[in-house]
Amino acid sequence: MSLLALQGSLELGIIYAIMALGVFISFRTLNMPDLTVDSSFTLGAAVSAMLCTMGHPFLALPAAMVAGWLAGNVTALLYTKLKIQPLLAGILVMLGLYSINLRVMANRANIPLLNQPTVFNSLQGTPVEAQTHWLLPLVLLLAVILLLYLFLQTRFGLVLRATGDNDQMVRAVGVNTNITILFGLGLANTLVALSGAMIAQYQSFADISMGVGMVIIGLASVIIGEVLFGTSSLLRRLLAVVLGAMLYRLVIAIALHLGMPPTDLKLVSAIIVTIALSSPVIKEGLMSRQKRSRSYAHKEVKDNAGNP
Amino acid sequence: MLEIRSLSKTFSMGSINEKLAVDEVDLTLEAGEFVTVIGGNGAGKSTLLNCIAGVYEPDKGSIVLDGMDITYWPEYKRSQYIGRVFQDPLKGTAFDMTIEENLAMAYAKGKPHGLQWGIRKADLALFREHLARLGLGLENRMKQKVGLLSGGQRQALTLLMATIVKPKLLLLDEHTAALDPSAARQVLYLTKELVEQHQLCTLMVTHNMKAALEYGTRTIMMHDGRIILDISGEERRKMTVDKLIELFGRRSGQELDNDRLLLG
Ligand SMILES: Nc1ncnc2c1ncn2[C@@H]1O[C@H](COP(=O)(O)OP(=O)(O)OP(=O)(O)O)[C@@H](O)[C@H]1O
Ligand SMILES: [Mg+2]
Repeated sequence: MSLLALQGSLELGIIYAIMALGVFISFRTLNMPDLTVDSSFTLGAAVSAMLCTMGHPFLALPAAMVAGWLAGNVTALLYTKLKIQPLLAGILVMLGLYSINLRVMANRANIPLLNQPTVFNSLQGTPVEAQTHWLLPLVLLLAVILLLYLFLQTRFGLVLRATGDNDQMVRAVGVNTNITILFGLGLANTLVALSGAMIAQYQSFADISMGVGMVIIGLASVIIGEVLFGTSSLLRRLLAVVLGAMLYRLVIAIALHLGMPPTDLKLVSAIIVTIALSSPVIKEGLMSRQKRSRSYAHKEVKDNAGNP
Repeated sequence: MLEIRSLSKTFSMGSINEKLAVDEVDLTLEAGEFVTVIGGNGAGKSTLLNCIAGVYEPDKGSIVLDGMDITYWPEYKRSQYIGRVFQDPLKGTAFDMTIEENLAMAYAKGKPHGLQWGIRKADLALFREHLARLGLGLENRMKQKVGLLSGGQRQALTLLMATIVKPKLLLLDEHTAALDPSAARQVLYLTKELVEQHQLCTLMVTHNMKAALEYGTRTIMMHDGRIILDISGEERRKMTVDKLIELFGRRSGQELDNDRLLLG
């Protein structure tokens, strides 16, 4: 694999890591399978692309974040106020957002940004001109990690994390879990939309279907990170998600390099996540089989000993 | 301190499974009163406590706590004034968070939940002191996740969390039932210490008849959603477990039946 392709996949990994951190918030700290992600990613990209075509690439980022926040809020309200199961609430918002995303993109399925200003080409003439494509995402990612790390240790951050662990306990210490879920899903989709906004500008286009399967990629990143880097402390968990996201990109890049057709990408993602999700079951199965074969061995020894 | 008037709660109203779990209950607790609650399976003890805590909304009646009519307050709001320990040791704490983080959340009860730092240095010293008083060595494990603790240690921690900000009312629903006998005894003893130290108004459901008479200042017995016995003072001091069971039979017309019942 060429150095350039390697660098490219790491850059993508940095941007996708922001999305994965959003998925970490909903899946791990809130313990909610939030499928809004697929469409809030596209929403972020769509808002970002449209604002680029209007000449506001920097404004595009906060605008995308606000859009993502609202999308997450809607899912949260469907769940907390209308008592729709989280999985279904996410699917409903995902479906509804498809139409909204098309509207945002002025009823086009694709918005090219080839000759438009983006955050990546707007620093021309400055000393970092040649580095923007990795420097900007990296600075953004580090800021996100730092802010999340600090936020999750504030009073509100603590109860947000406890909500996924034990919502009953959160209410017992006097906190409204409807609020923590509203905020948590808002925050999660804010990060997802920010990631989508960056990707659109990085790839110079937004596409109506670019978010399909995003939630699985995010989940894969979270789980790969957890398995390989552990969950012992908060900072470690956050960094694990980031490393998981980058590793995932790397694996995909290598697979493509080895000749996997790009159309198989989603199948491979699904398989990776299936394996990762079932790893506890697989591990247990292997262990009990070992135990069983060991006890058989014991029995045989004993039986033999009993024979004259 | 707590005034319950004609409180009723029916489950699955209007279906064939309709069940009147709490039936016109009147109950008044004075400040500092420690009431133990006994009764058979399905007597409505947990439902009564859950109505007080706001887990269920009652059909009718009123609950007034220290002058506030909390009957229809949401659960989280009344939790500011009510401390709770559940039967299931998993329910009282966030297992994937550390002991100090759990205590910090409990300690922030009734305070604004914004971007203040979650655990302050000064709080840590206080937590350590409180944990040391439990006598379980938890003060040296404050950075460990609660998931690593035993059931008894968790219940002791939950008890501390429920009382670290003094509640107006403490609700304990068979909080020692899932523990082995020695851990149960220890947690029960801690309960008594904490309740006496803070002079807490307490409702404690227990399956342990002896403990019901030994701890607290007053004992009530429930059957079919009603309070069928309410004893305190001299009458209670003279009461024995055998007499209590006999009284239950006479008042309810049934044998006392509880699968977790402990007589000794
Ligand atoms: N959520 C619920 N939905 C429907 N019925 C319920 C519910 N909770 C309790 N009940 C019913 O209400 C009645 C009272 O139950 P409750 O749990 O209050 O009894 P209890 O006195 O706590 O009994 P135990 O000693 O077994 O804990 C029982 O008949 C029970 O089946
Ligand atoms: Mg009960």
